[in-house]
Amino acid sequence: MGPLKISWKSLRSKPLSSALNIMLIAFGTGILTILLLASRQIGEKLDNNSKDIDLVVGAKGSPLQLILSSIYYIDFPTGNIPLKAAMELAHSPFVKRAVPLALGDNYNGIRIVGTDSNFVSLYKLKTSAGKFWQKDFETTIGSAVAKTQNLKIGDTFYGAHGLTGSSDIHKSHQYTVSGILEHQGNATDNLILTNVASVWKMHDEHEDHKTESHEDHDHKAGEAHQHNEADHHDHEDTLPADESRELTSLLIQYRSPMSVAMFPRLVNETTNMQAASPAQESTRLFSLIGVGVDTLQWFAILIMFIAAISVFVNLYNSLKERNYDLAIMRTLGASRTKLFLIVIAEGIMLTLAGTLIGIALGHLVLEFIGSNQESGQAQLSGFVLLYDEIYLFVAGLGIGIFAAVIPAVQAYQSNISKILSKN
Amino acid sequence: MISLKSLSHHYPGGHSISFKDWQINKGDQWLLLGESGSGKTTLLHMLTGILKPEKGDVIISGTSIYSLSAKELDQFRGRNIGIIFQRPHLIKSLTIAENLSIAQTFAKLPADSKRINEVLTSLGIADKKNAYPNELSQGQLQRVSIARAVINKPMLLIADEPTSSLDDKNATAVLELLIQQSQMNNATLVVATHDKRVKDAFTNTYELSWAH
Repeated sequence: MGPLKISWKSLRSKPLSSALNIMLIAFGTGILTILLLASRQIGEKLDNNSKDIDLVVGAKGSPLQLILSSIYYIDFPTGNIPLKAAMELAHSPFVKRAVPLALGDNYNGIRIVGTDSNFVSLYKLKTSAGKFWQKDFETTIGSAVAKTQNLKIGDTFYGAHGLTGSSDIHKSHQYTVSGILEHQGNATDNLILTNVASVWKMHDEHEDHKTESHEDHDHKAGEAHQHNEADHHDHEDTLPADESRELTSLLIQYRSPMSVAMFPRLVNETTNMQAASPAQESTRLFSLIGVGVDTLQWFAILIMFIAAISVFVNLYNSLKERNYDLAIMRTLGASRTKLFLIVIAEGIMLTLAGTLIGIALGHLVLEFIGSNQESGQAQLSGFVLLYDEIYLFVAGLGIGIFAAVIPAVQAYQSNISKILSKN
Repeated sequence: MISLKSLSHHYPGGHSISFKDWQINKGDQWLLLGESGSGKTTLLHMLTGILKPEKGDVIISGTSIYSLSAKELDQFRGRNIGIIFQRPHLIKSLTIAENLSIAQTFAKLPADSKRINEVLTSLGIADKKNAYPNELSQGQLQRVSIARAVINKPMLLIADEPTSSLDDKNATAVLELLIQQSQMNNATLVVATHDKRVKDAFTNTYELSWAH
């Protein structure tokens, strides 16, 4: 019987204290695993979505809100901006590319985004089936949308007013699916893309049919169709005059690095709109989340530390009871090294089991959290293995060795003649 | 076969003790007599390689055991010396058979379940093979500790106060088993005791006396 089996048997003979130690370590490791996975995934999502966007121009309000609504599609937009003013900025010499966004409707909670071909080239989108939208009310849907809503090319659906909820459905026009996007790993997976005119027209018709109830119409801040009364006269075939049209925001790519210094000031000082930098706002957002992550991290480290002490106390106490046993093993021919191994193996087995269970638990819990998340854009997955988890594994091993080394050295150095003569 | 030459030990308290030379022949059965505190356990520990004497030499079939390295000495003890203590001290987390099996593997001998069965049967406790130590009575446990001591067929079997915690009936039984097992395994037997009940069974006696 080797030293490993002896250690294993010894642990099994005191299941309660072994289980307690394993639980403590599993709990600490589990929290660290969740933090590691979640913060990595959130960070990646943030980067992935704002990769090529230098600036977002939208209505005045919270810059963070503007970024969240126009890049991550989570918060409500800050309001609308006049199309004319937006187009002026889009044609500014500082700007290489400007992507218009018109938000305001959803289909089963999925945002319908009115935009143009610049959006496609900005995110380097490709279709996996069908083609990009061309005519009004044609849509190209994200890969996740196709999956979750079970939509195929040629399917039709109605959009609903607002960014969530389907109580107020635009029955006047039907959207058609003309294409499905390849999986992108960013917010576009969960969007329905169409042209800006479709979003406008949808609301023109909508308003026409509902003229009487106009006053009751609940316009949430920032939805794209806070129309002027003038809209009512211009509908059907011809697009109305530019002056009355509005957008939610503009995604801007700079022409040169010089624009960084000039363009945001130009927007903020000379227009009634605001410019927000995704990089700055993401950093701010992450530092806000970071406080919570740091706190949890210290909490987990504290638990791991307590676990280490608990394993140490457990081994140390059992060694006191067992030093006669260990002395007997020496008289039976076991070497000092063997006793050292037996004790250290006990510590390592405890922490290793705890670490593995903890990592597995962390993944499961995160997957559970992810599957219960409402917002598809920031969905977390537990079934991702990170290279960094090897550090958790090493840390668990380290704690085992750390907790076991003092008892193990004591076992190694024990004076068996003294122990045996004490009886 | 076993000779102890001019052994002495220095206790941490300050006083020293010297032991008269002792020659033990193969197959002998010896009684080591002495009141408690006379150095019995010290002498046994020196004899079994557990305690290195300050001076002197212990030679077991030609090997001066304290000239071996610590690891070699542990292995030598495991293979050639079986020790029975006053209390059995079996490993609680292991079954009786496993307790015997570790004695084999610690001595770097192959695990041999046939030998385990044979020894347990000869001691009348074969049915306890898969029991744990806390399921056995004190007398049964002492038998297991005898089984553990003889499992590797040692040339020297040493018992330190094997009867002092047992009643008359069990004491006699254990003594008989010790003598029987040492004969069965061709082992030299040394029993250390202050128990008067044991004296009559032995012809060879080494009495501890205070030397200068």
